[in-house]
Amino acid sequence: MPGVTRNAAASAERGASVSAASRNGTTSAVRPPEAAPQEQAREFSTIGRRMRKVDGLAKASGRARYADDIQLPGMLHGKILRSPHPHARITSIDVTAAERLEGVHAVVTGRDMPIPYGIIPWTPDEHPLCVDRVRYVGDGVAAVAAVDEETANQALELVEVVYEELPAYFTPQEAVAAESGPFVHEPRKPGRNGNITKVVRLEFGDVDAGLEDSAVVVEEDYFFEGTTHTPIEPHCAIGMAERGGRLTVWSATQVPHYLHRELARVLELDPALVRVVQPPVGGAFGGKSEPFDLEFCVAKLAMKTGRPVKILYTREEVFYAHRGRHPFHMRYRTGADADGMLKAVDAEVLLDGGAYASFGLVTTYYSGQLLTAPYQMPAYRFHSVRAYTNKPACGPKRGHGSVQPRFAFEVQLDRIAERLAVDPIELRRRNFIGAHTRTVNDLRITSNGFLECLDAVEEASAWRRKFRKLPFGHGVGVAGSTYISGTNYPVYPNDMPQSGVQLQVDRSGRVSVFSGASEIGQGADSMVAYVVAEELGVPLEHVRVLAGDTDFTPVDLGAYSSRVTFMLGNACIDAARRLKRQVQEAVAEAWDAKPGEVLLAGGLAVRAGDTGVAMSIRDAFNLAEAKFGTLGATGSYNTPKDVHGDYRGATIGASPAYSFSAHVAEVRVDPETGFVDVEKIWIAHDCGRALNPVLVEGQMEGSAYMGFGEAIMEEHVFKTAEQGRAGLHNAPSLLDYRIPTSLDTPALESLVIESVDPEGPYGAKEAGEGPLHPSIPAIANAIHDAVGVRMNSLPFSPPRVWAALRDQATGAMRGEDAA
Amino acid sequence: MEVVRLTVNGDDRTCGVPSHYTLLETLRYGLGLTGSKQGCDKGDCGACTVILDGKAVLSCLTPVMEAEGRSVRTVEGLAAGLEPHPLQDEFDLHGAAQCGFCTPGILCSAAALLHREASPSRQDIREALAGNLCRCTGYEKIYDAVEAAAARCRA
Repeated sequence: MPGVTRNAAASAERGASVSAASRNGTTSAVRPPEAAPQEQAREFSTIGRRMRKVDGLAKASGRARYADDIQLPGMLHGKILRSPHPHARITSIDVTAAERLEGVHAVVTGRDMPIPYGIIPWTPDEHPLCVDRVRYVGDGVAAVAAVDEETANQALELVEVVYEELPAYFTPQEAVAAESGPFVHEPRKPGRNGNITKVVRLEFGDVDAGLEDSAVVVEEDYFFEGTTHTPIEPHCAIGMAERGGRLTVWSATQVPHYLHRELARVLELDPALVRVVQPPVGGAFGGKSEPFDLEFCVAKLAMKTGRPVKILYTREEVFYAHRGRHPFHMRYRTGADADGMLKAVDAEVLLDGGAYASFGLVTTYYSGQLLTAPYQMPAYRFHSVRAYTNKPACGPKRGHGSVQPRFAFEVQLDRIAERLAVDPIELRRRNFIGAHTRTVNDLRITSNGFLECLDAVEEASAWRRKFRKLPFGHGVGVAGSTYISGTNYPVYPNDMPQSGVQLQVDRSGRVSVFSGASEIGQGADSMVAYVVAEELGVPLEHVRVLAGDTDFTPVDLGAYSSRVTFMLGNACIDAARRLKRQVQEAVAEAWDAKPGEVLLAGGLAVRAGDTGVAMSIRDAFNLAEAKFGTLGATGSYNTPKDVHGDYRGATIGASPAYSFSAHVAEVRVDPETGFVDVEKIWIAHDCGRALNPVLVEGQMEGSAYMGFGEAIMEEHVFKTAEQGRAGLHNAPSLLDYRIPTSLDTPALESLVIESVDPEGPYGAKEAGEGPLHPSIPAIANAIHDAVGVRMNSLPFSPPRVWAALRDQATGAMRGEDAA
Repeated sequence: MEVVRLTVNGDDRTCGVPSHYTLLETLRYGLGLTGSKQGCDKGDCGACTVILDGKAVLSCLTPVMEAEGRSVRTVEGLAAGLEPHPLQDEFDLHGAAQCGFCTPGILCSAAALLHREASPSRQDIREALAGNLCRCTGYEKIYDAVEAAAARCRA
């Protein structure tokens, strides 16, 4: 049954088309009116269609084998002893009693693995197990391998650790104010505050003059509470060592390549003898995108015992591993002229980084760098400071570093619209930055379907009938955003490709794809199969994908920063087209035709202009193999390295393409309780081109859902000294750390916008992270439309909303302006 | 150590397990049925959901001795030979499984729902799945898949 498909009116500025998500059945891809010339005439056979995933039935049948489903002969179970203190020196560790316990095969401590590591090569500040100091409740101290889990747990109780407790820092404000040590990490240069991990101060244009010239300046403080990923699969790793220095680690990781490098470096192994295998990953969202203690521990324990060793985190340990969304304390000053055109933006951001650097250097830059689209801003300044605190380390969570400032900024825009009595969607339209342009901080924007996103949510939500027109307690809000399709620079400097694939063809017509990319549920493996099927004209079921095995697949840097579709997709096109040229040449020779006249589609090689001349694709492959020898091809993609500004930090935030999103949220607020019921979120997202709309919608809905959870429910918080255990995670369980259930989650409607990017594979850009951003400010703005209170702190839980309503009532009695 | 007898996906099975084992541990470690997942091991996430005598239960909270002599159906037992259960097929068609880790539990909850209610409303589906956390999808595609499967089962 065909789904609903509409074409948006296209104008010179508007290069995108919209397709409303079909609820069931199939929707054919919408042809964009302004497709790049080489794509315009194409009739796709696979790309753009609603298709099954290559691993869908395996996952729906229990056949998919995740890390914890792997059982190796003789495998031992590992467990990690964790610090009970937020900050302490390790005076001594005695493992003799643990080692003596029947069934224990090995115990390791930090001293067995003294080389520090860090995902960012400039900030290696952690060890697989703490060497001399613990920095949060839950930091790893020792690990054991035993015949079973219970014996391993008993052994942990026999490890005697003597700690000397140190003063701890629980807020970034305390941390940056510290005048003397001990700091969370001692400073590299004496006399500095070691609690400050990164400072970024950048200014573009004349911010002070811009604010001076503004007709309206809004200045507000915002707080974004930390949140965590909570993939349903806990982290799990298995190590297996062999004589001669070979090591294999299976891990639920998003970054097999980086893990490969760090394992070799920290364990002092020849990287050519280290193999990382990534089984299907049961969710990640950024929470598995750097090495974790368990991966080093299973490797070391396996090397010590000669037996395979598995460690599976408990759910509690997943909360300690964290690397989730940083709490942000933000102050924004936003100036606009009387028409609502932005004049200047001034931001102060304090990031609560937790105990280790993680990706924090990047987070600190992203906190400012990614705010400069989709709106034109002539002047922009940000000053971001990341502080260490004695809590689990923060890191990248879906929408890394930019979800928090986006929340604040989109609420600022709503306030400006209100002050100027301009419709908030209209205000956003007026400030649209455009396509094929540069931002104030010199990020290169290519395709841009943001206006179509605004049009789509405005129409689908019946915005004009609702905004400022619904009864008290019921409201709508809008917000927009942008996000990167990968980063132009890898985490370690090198000039090699960011993504590679290898194709191999069998005489049966089957094509195998060796892909280094990480399938974490987003559909990476399916995407490469669609591309190969499209380019070579083979049926989808004749494409096999082998992925995520560093012994057998080319390097892809990992499933992070929404890079996979863009980079792996382009690498796959590159490989497939190389192979295709050989096939075309061989067939052309047989037909006495030109190679360009040989079309590969629908399982056939067909002569252009004379469809009566055709052969099966298998015969075509066989001709090519006879002519060229064994058929195979590699392909790769590297990012443009010349599309950023000329200032320190200009490369961070530079991406080959940016996605754009706009959401409208509709809420009902109970003024008696402060309970916010988000009824529906309309999600419009410019993904360039939807290679498979089912998967794009899934990313959009999953993103909006996750943003909704952060807006209303989720808080990664810790107990205070008054509560008896300073620094202890408040609720390390899925019952108490509340993520939305089916009953909590609003209705979600996806509106796919296709702007067809000139450099994306078939025009595609990212879809996995961008659509999270607007959920939160759209809900905040809807709460204001419903009950007139501004929510500047997350989450918008009943106590906070109720308090805001109470303050509004108190203010109203005093005659203050509640807006 | 205890010896437990139970019917799993139609097979009579006997298994020696430590007496504290849960049904989930018995399935995964005793019988090698790793389709049922452990997401939290304390009954919060629903990934371990299986069907015990027709009802969806959390196998991580069910002591295995409670399953003695009873009939257990897991995700591995939903298909009829090579033919997937309509739920499994519709999950695949609708993209209702992203990472797939919650999927076995959700399928079991949904199968139990369709067993007791052939024409569930969307609200019925939401309620039936309220104990199964999915972190990927936002649930929409799961509801679509369950509705489509229900229609196929009725046909």
